[in-house]
Amino acid sequence: MSDTMMKVSHISKQYRLGQIGGTTLRDELQRWSAKWHHKEDPTKKIGAREYANNEVFLALDDVSFDVEKGERVGIIGHNGAGKSTLLKLISRITAPTKGDIWLNGRVASMLEVGTGFHGELTGRENIYMNGAILGMKKREIDEKMEDIIDFSECRQFIDTPVKRYSSGMYVKLAFAVAAHLDAEIMIMDEVLAVGDMAFQKKCLDKMNEVSREEGRTILYVSHNMNTIRQLCNRCIVLNQGKVVFDGKEEDGINTYLGLGGISDREIDLSSAQRNKEYLNGIKLTSVKNLNDSGWSIRTGEKLRFEIRAEASQSFDVMSFRSRLTNIDGHSISVFVAPDLFSCKANETITIPLEADTSQLVPGRYCLTPALYQYDRLGTTLFYDHINRIITFEVRDDGSFNQGIPWVQKYWGDIRLPELVDLRK
Amino acid sequence: MDNMTHISAKHKWFDLHLRETLQYRDLIFLFVKRNFTAQYKQTILGPLWAIIQPLLTTVVFTIVFGNLAGLTTADITGEYMIPAFLFYMIGNVCWNYFATTLNATSNVFIVNRGTMGKVYYPRLVAPIATALSGLISFGIQFVMFVAFWLFYLIKGGTSIRVSLWLLMVPLLILQMIVLAVGFGIIISSVTTKYRDLAMLVSFGLELWRYGCPIAYGLQLVPHKYLGLYLVNPVTPIITTFRYAMFGFGFFHIGYYLMSWGVSIAVFMIGLILFSRIERTFMDTI
Repeated sequence: MSDTMMKVSHISKQYRLGQIGGTTLRDELQRWSAKWHHKEDPTKKIGAREYANNEVFLALDDVSFDVEKGERVGIIGHNGAGKSTLLKLISRITAPTKGDIWLNGRVASMLEVGTGFHGELTGRENIYMNGAILGMKKREIDEKMEDIIDFSECRQFIDTPVKRYSSGMYVKLAFAVAAHLDAEIMIMDEVLAVGDMAFQKKCLDKMNEVSREEGRTILYVSHNMNTIRQLCNRCIVLNQGKVVFDGKEEDGINTYLGLGGISDREIDLSSAQRNKEYLNGIKLTSVKNLNDSGWSIRTGEKLRFEIRAEASQSFDVMSFRSRLTNIDGHSISVFVAPDLFSCKANETITIPLEADTSQLVPGRYCLTPALYQYDRLGTTLFYDHINRIITFEVRDDGSFNQGIPWVQKYWGDIRLPELVDLRK
Repeated sequence: MDNMTHISAKHKWFDLHLRETLQYRDLIFLFVKRNFTAQYKQTILGPLWAIIQPLLTTVVFTIVFGNLAGLTTADITGEYMIPAFLFYMIGNVCWNYFATTLNATSNVFIVNRGTMGKVYYPRLVAPIATALSGLISFGIQFVMFVAFWLFYLIKGGTSIRVSLWLLMVPLLILQMIVLAVGFGIIISSVTTKYRDLAMLVSFGLELWRYGCPIAYGLQLVPHKYLGLYLVNPVTPIITTFRYAMFGFGFFHIGYYLMSWGVSIAVFMIGLILFSRIERTFMDTI
């Protein structure tokens, strides 16, 4: 027990659905009065679903785990999986609805860098401010002041108000304070996602160093699998508020990537969720894969699929395109099919398409199908757009890049055609 | 284990983390310093502004209420003479501190949600720092008042007396803090969900000012309403403050103790509400 730094026991966090926060007393009284008279809630948004009183959303659902001294735990999961809620509970920003957490030692939570920084104060004053907010005593900050200034690479400007800093310097200064905290447990939420590459590496190295040498415990949330690989030696995967995996970091990352499973051969788009209302007249109804092995293709193979759309009015010209993103959500490119078809009212259009994916590096990718037109001014008019609805996979059959591993982090998601030797 | 932190869904009835708050005294000090520095950065006159505002208010009060309206500055009947200028100034300085502190503490959750949403520190640190920041301005203003007071005292020709009542001053300042912070944290706890009260505060304070004997002496209040008038917990603080500074005036032990009772009750209710809200206010703010 003496080496257990953190014990999370059956915690749940519940939020009520529907609009509750940020209301005025008047709204609340109106709502009570309407309820009393069995009328409809007058403050409700038109068309919004009515939530029953007991309808709740569990951001975290019975989560338990222990963390030992010196462990570096990565917490991963898709947006809304409960990662940030978990960090908020552990760092005591809000209280759990159920369950208990025991923490053995001081906790430094860095859910953002530079908390408490004030633009009017100088770099040095802000180091005191930020350090004190993170729980350091003035004496401790005094002792570390020189180290912090050196680490921040801002010595020249340390007595200038931080409102005159560039955003990069600001972040460096803020991280320098955090890196010098004496807390036994450090909680970080993607704070490393800022600053330049060299500084990011410096931060990761520093974190690794304090963890290895001083046995600090680290909890780190990120969407960036590479930093998880570099920093963590254990991984907890959250999905819809539950722990779905807890173990070695590489296995955790694979579990996480597997959560966005590849799509079924035929995808029904008629009831798929759109981000917002687009123009009326034509909607995509389905996408069907035409490759032999479905949405899982070999490297070098071209992706074939058939789109189906239903038009309720006629169009002289309609275009199709599909944004290509990697699993982290970063855009890679767009497949376009300008002026693809014309149609009459109440017609169902079916078009088979082939996308040249032969240059894609093995991995998982998402497609965002969209129907659009350009108006005379060159503005895009969207008729339909379904964000990242298709997930497909490019498998390595062993021949990719002549069998040499591809470092996706530095080399990107696309292997361009080989250079041509002009002597030949 | 003795240094284990326990976070639980269960809420203790009256859990204020006082020991922990004390450990964060460096943070309190830094907050006070930050508030003070940030307030007067890029101003030429700097902390002089703390003096200018009550000084001008006092001048205006002297002209409008004293000379034009001719309101009495007497708290009790009798043959005596107190400079109207001193009378208005002490009222304004006290009210200023009370109103500023109440107003600022009523916003602590909203103003500090940026830091409170990202880092844990004992939430009580914020209202304490706010009350102390106000105390600096009050100190400066009080020194200004004492300067004028000494001037009139040495010049002579007034009824001002130096008496043992001066020892009441620290107690009165403490009472102002307790009352202002008490009201402030009640409002701050409620405004995390309902913003209406925040609208009411500055406006309500403006009205409240005229319900206190600041622009006029207690003599102006009709005798049959005096009992009701003295229920206002700020009134005994101000009249007693004047009693302490001038050496005579109005003091009623019953109403004074009642004012303390109200102050402590408001403060306790504030603390209970605060300790309930501080755990989850980030979800609703």
